[in-house]
Amino acid sequence: MSESNTPNTTPTAVAADAVRILYCRCAYAQVVPPAVKDAVLAGLADAGRGFEMVPDLCEMAARRDPHLAELARGTGPLRIAACWPRAVQGLFVLADAPLPQQGVEILNMRTDTAETVLAGMLAAPEGSAS
Amino acid sequence: MIATPLLPPRVVVYEGAGATPLPSGDRAGIFASLLDRGYAVTRAGTGAADQLAGGAMIVIGCFPEGPPAVADASGQCEVAVRDVTGLSVGETIAVVEEARGTRRMNRPPDAAAAANGPVANTVDTWKPWFPVIDTARCTNCMQCLSFCLFDVYGVAGDQTLRVENPSNCKVNCPACSRVCPEVAIMFPKYHAGPIDGGPVADADVHREKMKVDISALLGGDIYAKLRERSADAKSRFSKERSADQALAERRRCLTKLADAAQIPREVLDALPSPEEIQRRVEAAAARAAAAKEAASGGSA
Ligand code: SF4
Ligand code: SF4
Repeated sequence: MSESNTPNTTPTAVAADAVRILYCRCAYAQVVPPAVKDAVLAGLADAGRGFEMVPDLCEMAARRDPHLAELARGTGPLRIAACWPRAVQGLFVLADAPLPQQGVEILNMRTDTAETVLAGMLAAPEGSAS
Repeated sequence: MIATPLLPPRVVVYEGAGATPLPSGDRAGIFASLLDRGYAVTRAGTGAADQLAGGAMIVIGCFPEGPPAVADASGQCEVAVRDVTGLSVGETIAVVEEARGTRRMNRPPDAAAAANGPVANTVDTWKPWFPVIDTARCTNCMQCLSFCLFDVYGVAGDQTLRVENPSNCKVNCPACSRVCPEVAIMFPKYHAGPIDGGPVADADVHREKMKVDISALLGGDIYAKLRERSADAKSRFSKERSADQALAERRRCLTKLADAAQIPREVLDALPSPEEIQRRVEAAAARAAAAKEAASGGSA
């Protein structure tokens, strides 16, 4: 991507070495409690950092959306707020974009509180000074 | 397959250099509204987006000096930039919808419409319901492939099971998860574990084996039983005048079966003719057998 007249206005999610954050809205079903997904989204929105949001990982996996492959092979740790880790891993496999064995953390908005999920999503990466 | 021809546009909410931040009270509302309309959203700062996957991108932000001209050097991505300074959440969404133009996309059901009952499953409102395989549990026995009449399953190049046509799956039908002896089939939007992807306990494995036994009790092959029942019903229907009566009879015949295997009644009502079921069962069984033979031949 390039810009023609304004410097520094091309968007990106996060720097390559930072923790990447992915939020799944589960928009096609009500399996994630709405209060939890709304509170997690609000917390991420207020955290002052770049992140990715998808309407529904299931729908994207069925389309084998290339964006899932970008996420799976990108550099840096990846944290995903969605549902059961087994299901999320299976969805990436189905999309021909298996998640790496290391560096991926999946937080479960079906069973955990918004506070727990947000704390996990926004925690400083392992080994960082902050 | 899913009939949505194009990837949905991705919306980039840009708040880096050259832009002022969105009002903090509106930000989460804008994100939620976009997601609930089916858009993928990136909240972005400053830098270079180097991994765009083609399709279209709509960049929104508050640009005090007007929207920057942004172009995709690769030519693979259509980019539209819109200034949303001073707009409400609703007005911002309207700007994005206008920028999308006539590009089609699958859309989640409108919350108000969904509250009034099931939403019609049309091209643009497909509910993502399909089996997802836990590859750590799956033994590639191919029982699910033999069971499914709708070509949802296939075989990958390495002779392992693959969910080939997710959108062929019958919405809300988790029947194939009941035939998997390893509890390896998940439906993430199911209401309960372990089918929803939750942890699998030893008791679940036992229970799922019981389900296979139930299907064995029903005739060894659930579809063989269906065929029998359909054939019985057909011979009765031919003596009947009323289509309504015929339908009621078919429903009555299949009630027990539906309850045993937790197959939604609409799925049973939509089954093809007994002859077509027979043909599909044989085709699926042949595929499963060929895959197993290739796998064992490869290891011999
Ligand atoms: S991955 Fe889980 S949270 Fe996301 S859409 Fe699928 S079922 Fe919902
Ligand atoms: S029935 Fe279960 S174990 Fe067998 S191939 Fe299907 S998913 Fe795998």
